[in-house]
Amino acid sequence: MRESTVERPSASPGAVHDQSRPDAVFKWLTAACSLVVIVIMAGIFFELVRNSGMAFREFGFSFLTTDSWNPIKGEFGAASSIYGTLVSTGIAMIIAIPLSIIIAVYLVEVAQPRVSRFIGGAVELLAAIPSIIYGMWGLFVFAALMQTHVQPFLGKHLGALPLFQGPPMGIGMLTAGLILAFMVLPFITAITRDVLMMVPPVLKESAYGVGSTMWEAVRFVSLKYGRRGIVGAVFLGFGRALGETMAVTFVIGNSHRISPSLFSAGNTIASSLANEFNEASEPIYLSSLFALALVLFCIMLAFQTIAHYWVTRMQRLEAGDR
Amino acid sequence: MQKFIKIAVILTIAAAIAATSIPTLAATSLSGAGATFPEPIYAVWMYKYNQLTGVRVDYQGIGSSGGIRQIKAGTVDFGGSDAPMKGPKVREAGLIQFPMVVGGVVPVCNVQGLEAGQLKLTPEVLAGVFSGEINYWNEEAITSLNPGLALPNEPITVVHRAEGSGTTWIFTNYLDKVSPSWHESIGTGKVVPWPVGVGAKGNPGVANYVQRVNGSIGYVEYAYAVQNNVPHVSLENQAGEYVQPSIASFKAAAANADWASADGYYLVLTDQPGDESWPIVGATFILVHADQSDAGKAEEMLKFFDWCYKHGAEMAVEKDYVPIPKNVADMVRQTWADEIRVDGTAVWK
Amino acid sequence: MRPRSRTERRAADTAMRVAMVPAALIGIAVLAWILWEVIARGIGALTPAFFTELPTPPGMEGGGLGNAILGTLLMTFLAALLGTPIGLLAGVFLCEFGPSSRIATVVRFTTNLLMGTPSIIIGIFVYSVLVLPFGRFSGWAGAVALAILILPVVMRTTEDMLNLVPDELRESGLALGAPRWRVTLGIIFRAARTGLVTGVLLAVARVSGETAPLLFTALNSFYWPGSLSQPTANMTVTIFNYAMSPYSDWQAKAWGASLLITVSVLAVTVLARFVIRDKRKRA
Repeated sequence: MRESTVERPSASPGAVHDQSRPDAVFKWLTAACSLVVIVIMAGIFFELVRNSGMAFREFGFSFLTTDSWNPIKGEFGAASSIYGTLVSTGIAMIIAIPLSIIIAVYLVEVAQPRVSRFIGGAVELLAAIPSIIYGMWGLFVFAALMQTHVQPFLGKHLGALPLFQGPPMGIGMLTAGLILAFMVLPFITAITRDVLMMVPPVLKESAYGVGSTMWEAVRFVSLKYGRRGIVGAVFLGFGRALGETMAVTFVIGNSHRISPSLFSAGNTIASSLANEFNEASEPIYLSSLFALALVLFCIMLAFQTIAHYWVTRMQRLEAGDR
Repeated sequence: MQKFIKIAVILTIAAAIAATSIPTLAATSLSGAGATFPEPIYAVWMYKYNQLTGVRVDYQGIGSSGGIRQIKAGTVDFGGSDAPMKGPKVREAGLIQFPMVVGGVVPVCNVQGLEAGQLKLTPEVLAGVFSGEINYWNEEAITSLNPGLALPNEPITVVHRAEGSGTTWIFTNYLDKVSPSWHESIGTGKVVPWPVGVGAKGNPGVANYVQRVNGSIGYVEYAYAVQNNVPHVSLENQAGEYVQPSIASFKAAAANADWASADGYYLVLTDQPGDESWPIVGATFILVHADQSDAGKAEEMLKFFDWCYKHGAEMAVEKDYVPIPKNVADMVRQTWADEIRVDGTAVWK
Repeated sequence: MRPRSRTERRAADTAMRVAMVPAALIGIAVLAWILWEVIARGIGALTPAFFTELPTPPGMEGGGLGNAILGTLLMTFLAALLGTPIGLLAGVFLCEFGPSSRIATVVRFTTNLLMGTPSIIIGIFVYSVLVLPFGRFSGWAGAVALAILILPVVMRTTEDMLNLVPDELRESGLALGAPRWRVTLGIIFRAARTGLVTGVLLAVARVSGETAPLLFTALNSFYWPGSLSQPTANMTVTIFNYAMSPYSDWQAKAWGASLLITVSVLAVTVLARFVIRDKRKRA
């Protein structure tokens, strides 16, 4: 939608010039409003940098690589939180990406329109459920199921892997990752579905015309055609999982240790902030939490910027293709 | 569109009026935050006091570290903490510290078939469990203390606090005193580097997780265990007797308290002598600024605490807390009179 | 790609078709499961007292979350009041004044970044600029945090919706000699009205379920929201505290509050989607 470069009438400065003063005021007002977002982003960055200064001066870059989180000794490191954030997000993406692409293909290519509309609607509603509800459901319902059935099952059959060792607590990294998967699934599905629906019918028909099966047509034509949109969707889901707070805080178990087992408790940057930010009493402790927030913020910034350039580049390449 | 603008303008004005006019109608509001250890009794006191006087005292249980942090940052009128600050530190921060009520920290567990008070533990075994040296419920160390109990071959999940907590401070202070290896490797603190387990937020969170996770053990203020039927553990005290947590055994421990010679009311009540004494007992404290800015507000606040001392004892006992003795309350009132000032004048007379 | 036999290809196709149905069912099953649990566990808590009374201390029967419901409504409303006008005007700038100008590109990119910023970071930001300096957790700080979440969403939907308005409409308005601001507010906004209103509604519905930005700003309270310059009761932080507590009565109330929030958010979402879909079809 954004690609249109049609000049709006009288959008050129010359046209505004001969308009009355209220128009100039109006234009500046709207411009000022749109600058608010830039001010806010700059403000967030500034505040995080300012408040985390003490932690970075004290620990330097080793803050990012040490996993010690010891308020008694005043030693803090972000490694366990970064690890937890990446692992829980990783679990979520490993499950959510294939699942949501399959669901989207089903909705667009296979299901009857009525079924497709129904399931599509349900998936969109999943996206609207507030994260605290996922958290409550996760703790009271899903974690119980994990403890009594899923984890003992995994431990019995895959217990040889270090990933699935340890007591089945129900609470922990795996549960958090699965709930995150449920949360990002609807986002990726909805966008992928929209993307697949925009594939020109003529492309698919020619694939079928040369004897492709449905899956081949999807794999070699639709998914290829829509890969930019799908990559964008995946990035969106990834970003959401990285910063998700409440759902994770309920079930991850809040421990600042790095453990190879997915059954064990861990923490993410966001969950540590939710638990400890109001409570940290020593200045260096608080500053370390600000530093954690800054790390999360920077991961998000870097990630979105990469996503932005990647998607634009793919757009340019595709434009070259056609 | 004009309609929309009109509606928006009207709503804005209405909201502005509502937001500015209500405070003039509202009674005094006091806000506090901190320890979750005394939250059950504070909640009752505040509720009753509000019904009697209309004064709104708010207390959010965010943990003792949070109480200290927020009172220092000046974002609340009073802070709550069960990890006492040493006298000089209190003065250095420009604060006044005084005890409100005494309670007991009890280990609680969730083991199939086990009822409250059945499981017996010695201090060393308790430390072993929380430091991750004892990992299964049916290990020799535990079964030898409990010959009559059928303990399952299940792993132990330790539930500790996720945030800075006075309850943790009292609990680790006790383990530190009774177990040399705990003293070596972990120590005392509001947050300690736990070698095992999962973290939960607040006393409520620990009780919640223990209810939810089979084979778990945690530690909470006694009121949380009793009110929610989370089975507690019987502990061996300094005199070598196995005792059950109860108001009587907390009182027995608190009888050793010598408040008069405690600088800034810094007093630790863990591992007290006496056959009846519950070994993990602690007082919970209120922190306020010595220099207050608003005389009316400061007075309302002290009036509330005064009311708690005078009329709160019975309610405290009902919730299984030990009230502060009358003579100690008088000492605290004297402290208020001596040290709390607005522009140099005493608030409490 | 290595050549494959026809049967192999058919088999792959069938396997995919078979795998798709359970995958799609997972999507529905999770939604149905969550909704079912929330309804089954929450419905019992929704007594009249739940909506009208103050919370009671743990262990005391009765009471409600009237204050939290009111607090959430107040803060969400204020956030909408704060965030919507700015978002609408900023959207106008992006769409009407130089959509491809450099500044618009930067603003658009920043808006995306702000949308992607975790809400807990917004909470921390507002804590350090509004709570610490004023020395008080407050409903205002909570409302500002929510407004910052509303803003980018409203900007984006406004831009999208205004883009759907045909240029002829702008041209005819200007041709009549109307000034630009009147054309925008009077004609273009009117044409895009439904889309704008639903966009705002969606944004507001989304933030009304947010918890993380309120933890460090509004905190919570046991009383009616008397003044928004005090810690203010709200549903989501109450759900967090109550759900994490061991009291079965509080847990039941947390489920009740969850049901209330879920139903309202989903209702607004469904409504808005219908309207938007209808609008897109016509546009």
